[in-house]
Amino acid sequence: MALGLDRPRSGQEKAPAIGGSSRYIPGMSHDQITVVNGKVRLARRCKDLWTNRDLLVLLTRTQLKVKYKSSVLGYAWSMLNPALVLAIYFVVFSIISKSGQPHFAIWLMAGLLPWNLFNGSAIASTGVVVQNSGIVKKVAFPRELLALSTVGVAMVMFVLQSVVLVIAMVIFQITPNLHFLILLPLAMVALLIFTGAMSILLSAINVYLRDTQHLTEVALMAWFWSIPIIYSYELIAEKVAGHSSLIWIKWAYLCDPITPIVMTFQRAIYSNTSYLYEGKVHKLLPAWGLGPYAELLGVIIVASIGLFLLAMVIFGRLEGNFAEEL
Amino acid sequence: MPAAIEIEGISKQFKLYNEKYTSLKERVIRGGKMPYTPFWALKDVSAEVEQGETFGILGRNGCGKSTLLKCVAGILKPTSGEIRVRGNLAAMLELGAGFQPDLSGRDNIYLNGSLLGLSRADIDRRFDSIVAFAELENFIDNQVKFYSSGMYVRLGFAVAINVEPDVLLVDEVLAVGDSAFQRKCLEQVKQFQREGRTIVVVSHATDTIRQNCSQVMVMSHGQVVTVGEPGEAIRVFLAELLGGTKVINAETGEMEGNVLAISTVTTEHGGSGVRNHLYPGDSLTVTADIDALSPVPDAMVTIAVHDDRNELVFASDPDDPAAAVEIPVGGGLVQFQFPEVPLLDGTYSVSVGIRSNSQPTVFDWKEGVARFEVANPARSTGLVRLPFEVSFRHRSGPLTGEVPVTLGGTNLAGWSEPSL
Repeated sequence: MALGLDRPRSGQEKAPAIGGSSRYIPGMSHDQITVVNGKVRLARRCKDLWTNRDLLVLLTRTQLKVKYKSSVLGYAWSMLNPALVLAIYFVVFSIISKSGQPHFAIWLMAGLLPWNLFNGSAIASTGVVVQNSGIVKKVAFPRELLALSTVGVAMVMFVLQSVVLVIAMVIFQITPNLHFLILLPLAMVALLIFTGAMSILLSAINVYLRDTQHLTEVALMAWFWSIPIIYSYELIAEKVAGHSSLIWIKWAYLCDPITPIVMTFQRAIYSNTSYLYEGKVHKLLPAWGLGPYAELLGVIIVASIGLFLLAMVIFGRLEGNFAEEL
Repeated sequence: MPAAIEIEGISKQFKLYNEKYTSLKERVIRGGKMPYTPFWALKDVSAEVEQGETFGILGRNGCGKSTLLKCVAGILKPTSGEIRVRGNLAAMLELGAGFQPDLSGRDNIYLNGSLLGLSRADIDRRFDSIVAFAELENFIDNQVKFYSSGMYVRLGFAVAINVEPDVLLVDEVLAVGDSAFQRKCLEQVKQFQREGRTIVVVSHATDTIRQNCSQVMVMSHGQVVTVGEPGEAIRVFLAELLGGTKVINAETGEMEGNVLAISTVTTEHGGSGVRNHLYPGDSLTVTADIDALSPVPDAMVTIAVHDDRNELVFASDPDDPAAAVEIPVGGGLVQFQFPEVPLLDGTYSVSVGIRSNSQPTVFDWKEGVARFEVANPARSTGLVRLPFEVSFRHRSGPLTGEVPVTLGGTNLAGWSEPSL
């Protein structure tokens, strides 16, 4: 219709004043100036992320609600899944294969927790901008929040899986290493920043190269086996110990940001650095104190912040044409 | 007061791909090359929108007006140039964009409100008025997928309007909902105008622009044609529109330009005495002087009358066979005769157009080129003079004079209506 073809005669059917519009004072918020140009203004983008944090919570909640909209058990499903994985690995490794490592399932869960967070968010983030093309094309908001909302969803899954782990630990009567538990918040910070950075990158790239989604899944599978989750870090360290030419492998492991995070989780939750089986000592983790772990995590946090800012810049560049690419 | 929106030399290039490869696999196969044609949707567009102004952007489909609006909203990034917006901004490009069908209306209000930049506390405070405006009190906890399209749109508008922006961008989204709701939306937009908020309306409809805007920018092929008062801008827009409708004759392959042009339009009333205004009921003659480069056997003339608020009073049927005229080489005078103009007080503008009946060619259109004024010497008021008669008769007994014809009406105090 034309705006105003149905223009009412004055005094006829007045719309109710809404939202206290009468309070409006022109020029009240005019000191706030929004600039749109071709440049990526990193500080501004980061500030926008912070001011829109309510939206991040809502986008996360929306994804969760949509995900579990029609399942009766709802959130229980996401707990059932890790519980089942725990049970299967318990059966396979403790009873059938007899690796000899006590409470292997707990070891496994300790490593899987941070990996699942990263993995879940990375996979979900590849499709998130494309799936939400409706709002990306019609509403202006910091689109990085879409990618970060997948981190939010993965974080909720993380909490639910942690509950399963805690229940298992109570059943098997395992006490975590209280000394190392204080490193977990540091490891979480490192993990969340790194995951956020990767999710932002992947979500933007997938808009232009739609098969990023499939490539990511394959890459993540390879990545999973390159991280000492099923096996242990010391297994590799021992193998390369004798060969000076292979020492770089050890360093390559520690350069992977996920590995030290996983090792911190294992160290804190599983608490043992070695076990005795058939008269032989099997080492699992380096017997470092808090210091080296904290240092490694510190380096990862600094590097992840750098990666995060880089991801924001790349996202900002690619974002300019989202509306026409979708 | 500084301008609400400053647009400085905005250009936007789109890449038109002949074939689009959206996967890495395809890119590798094609050696990374993607042939494309650059298309400039916006070319060096500059404009300033003053605070409290209702700014219209007028243009044909594909002229870049929506692209410009998206750039101002920050949805698209310009290739070069800069836009500065003072104060908070809300863009209504599509109502209910971002509604999640699986969520309830309540959840969607929070989601949509946050997308438009409201904080949680803001929405908490405005929640009730949003629901009331959308008239969805009974359905707010239902899933949005069960909403009718009207309910959907009402909710979308209610959220958008409650953002209370300093600058509101509207992209013809008000073309939705039933007429009662449209009126409500419009009333809200008017209230925003009264409150001194800045509104930018994008449209290709001249009526929309004429009635709402204080300043109008005309765009064509990604460039600014003119910025000015609505009447003048619309005239330029229509002229541009007509200039752009040169068609190629399929048989001769020749370009048909403006073979016909309206040079002057004059008005003349048929009332007695020397006065430059009409009395209601006077006759009116509008004369258009038409120049013709070649004979046009099948021209159609149209006429439109607008009042001083730019509301359309009358527009002739464009396909009325009575409006067909044959124009010889050199042209001549076309006269429109109104035997009686029933309008009451006011100043009216006359627009005259001429087009081909057999081809999609509009030769000329002169917007508001002539005026006439009506002054009512009597004390009746209103818009038009409706002829009426008064008669009297008793409730019973024989009728005297003519039988008055009653077209329905309130049957007060047992009046017996004559059967028809």
